[in-house]
Amino acid sequence: MADAARGKPMPHQGIFEPWTDPVAKPLIQFQNVTKRFGDFTAIDDLSIDIFEKEFFALLGPSGCGKTTLMRMLAGFEAPTTGTILLAGDDISPIPPNKRAVNMMFQSYALFPHLSVYDNIAFGLKREGMPKLDIHARVEEMLRLTRLERFARRKPHQISGGQRQRVALARSLAKAPKLLLLDEPLGALDKKLRQDTQFELMDIQEKTGTTFVIVTHDQEEAMTVASRVAVMDEGKLIQVSTPDVLYEDPRSVYVADFIGDVNLIEGKAKPSGDGIDLHWAEGQPVLHCKTAKPFGEGQTCHLAIRPEKIAIHSQEPEARNKLCGKILDIAYLGNISTYHVELPSGHVIKAQSANTRRIARRTFTWDDTVWLSWTDTAGVALER
Amino acid sequence: MARRFLILVPYLWLLALFLVPFLIVLKISLSDPEISIPPYTPTLDWREGWAGFTDFLSQLDFENFIFLTEDDLYWKAYLSSLQIAGISTVLTLLVGFPIAYGMARAAPDWRPTLLMLVILPFWTSFLIRVYSWIGILANEGYLNQFLLGIGVISDPLTILNTQTAVYIGIVYTYLPFMVLPIYSALEKMDDSLLEAGEDLGCSRLSAFWLITVPLSKAGIIAGCFLVFIPTLGEFVIPSLLGGSETLMIGKVLWEEFFNNRDWPVASAVAVILLLILIIPIILFQRNEQKQREAEGQ
Ligand SMILES: Nc1ncnc2c1ncn2[C@@H]1O[C@H](COP(=O)(O)OP(=O)(O)OP(=O)(O)O)[C@@H](O)[C@H]1O
Ligand SMILES: [Mg+2]
Repeated sequence: MADAARGKPMPHQGIFEPWTDPVAKPLIQFQNVTKRFGDFTAIDDLSIDIFEKEFFALLGPSGCGKTTLMRMLAGFEAPTTGTILLAGDDISPIPPNKRAVNMMFQSYALFPHLSVYDNIAFGLKREGMPKLDIHARVEEMLRLTRLERFARRKPHQISGGQRQRVALARSLAKAPKLLLLDEPLGALDKKLRQDTQFELMDIQEKTGTTFVIVTHDQEEAMTVASRVAVMDEGKLIQVSTPDVLYEDPRSVYVADFIGDVNLIEGKAKPSGDGIDLHWAEGQPVLHCKTAKPFGEGQTCHLAIRPEKIAIHSQEPEARNKLCGKILDIAYLGNISTYHVELPSGHVIKAQSANTRRIARRTFTWDDTVWLSWTDTAGVALER
Repeated sequence: MARRFLILVPYLWLLALFLVPFLIVLKISLSDPEISIPPYTPTLDWREGWAGFTDFLSQLDFENFIFLTEDDLYWKAYLSSLQIAGISTVLTLLVGFPIAYGMARAAPDWRPTLLMLVILPFWTSFLIRVYSWIGILANEGYLNQFLLGIGVISDPLTILNTQTAVYIGIVYTYLPFMVLPIYSALEKMDDSLLEAGEDLGCSRLSAFWLITVPLSKAGIIAGCFLVFIPTLGEFVIPSLLGGSETLMIGKVLWEEFFNNRDWPVASAVAVILLLILIIPIILFQRNEQKQREAEGQ
């Protein structure tokens, strides 16, 4: 099943972009929602629309309010101010057990007195589903999460990763309209995590469930999500599709949070179709194409991904080039990251694919090298 | 060597304080009453050696146990004690569970204080506390005065020296034994379990039955045994608060010992009581053991 999912185009690669459609009705709407605990503001005047069949990822540092957001959707916390609409209706009067929403808890919250099987069956039994159907559904969930062999065990008799899968299976079992997953895959090894990610995407495609998923793993957010929201201190910093978030971050915070990035701070000077960046004494001016208006002498951050910087042994023909010495090489198997120190003391990271065996590598420590990139490779950011 | 000695200590303790007294009681229960000091025969005379010992053994018999089956006072007293202990246990559970639940739900800052309040009565003598209930429940006691005062009743209620007074006394006395184990089970419970239950479609009430109650089961069982076991042999409460209709084996035992001075029959009553108690005590131990295993993870 996982392989089948891998071959399919993901929904957001096609025409699935309801957030660009002005007449599309969002499934969930947060309208100026604020949540305070005492005098601490956990969610700060947040507005967001999430559409049906979306796979919406929340990304942000610890304590930024991701779980709080989910708990408000599930009904365990009420917003201090603002409203949350589900399919157009205010959900505040609806108790958690009446919401067509299931949540997978960050702490799993498995029932310690029930077996794995009964944990998964719990929600189905409450629905009054016939016994045979429950059995079939639970078996299906056990297969999906590869827990068949542990069905009879109690939660304290299985490993942390297995517990996480039970929690996932339990929340999936009822096939809710909206599924909230709070770090569903954190405790799994990489292989199982990837398989489960594809399973989730597959389930999502088959059932049309809307997913809201919290993750600390930006790669995971990029893989599964139709859109990613980057949060900080209870606010949304940017909500975009993964590729836009990566290629066109709107702020230094987002650029830095998602993936690896070189940030070069300097003063902008409008020039032609973009800006020239004056950033260090004795270093060449860098040019970056941008549509954003920068004033003369305005502070500007150039964000450029390491994989967009080429590394050469000879001075290349390029718009932007810098010369420096290799300080460090991080070998990551398929790629290597070179840390190049410039005469000004700045360190720039450049990546290149390891197409050759390591013994025949072109560059080594203390080599003098040239770095280059095009004027569209970087993004100019105001802050 | 030192370690062996350490292990030996509790066994010696048990031997000296439980097994030896039990054997003495058992021996008395097999003897015959006599007007002498001590008031039974035979007594073992070491000076006569082996012959004296066999002679001593030959004089022991089960007469007293047979007597217990002949007079229906005894088995009625046993049954009535079991019934009173059973009903008291249920009543204590009904009163104790909400208290424990309330304590476990209280703000964490308050819990040590509440715990103190539950334990506080232990700091006064048990006897005094039971006596003070006489002052409360008597015909001209505080309760009747209060009820008459606010005009709920026009004639004083007769509570003292009835079965009701015995139940009140037992529930009051053994309440902490019920509350503490249930509280400790409930306090360990993670609130997110109830949220998960509600998330999966439980109402508050069904979440309580399906999650809270099973998770506090070990505490409930422990509390019930801790109330049931001592109540079964209870003597002070029925004699001070109960009337003539309150038949409890502890009271019978007392009367045999001190009023009839029939030590052998009294000992036989005690031995049977112990045998009856062994079953719930073993069950209690197994419950504790199971709980420890479950928590051992
Ligand atoms: N019940 C509460 N009372 C007081 N403060 C709370 C409560 N719940 C959450 N907070 C605070 O609100 C903030 C957001 O918490 P939240 O659990 O939503 O973070 P998170 O983004 O899920 O973090 P993590 O990634 O570590 O899980 C935190 O600073 C937290 O301390
Ligand atoms: Mg969280």
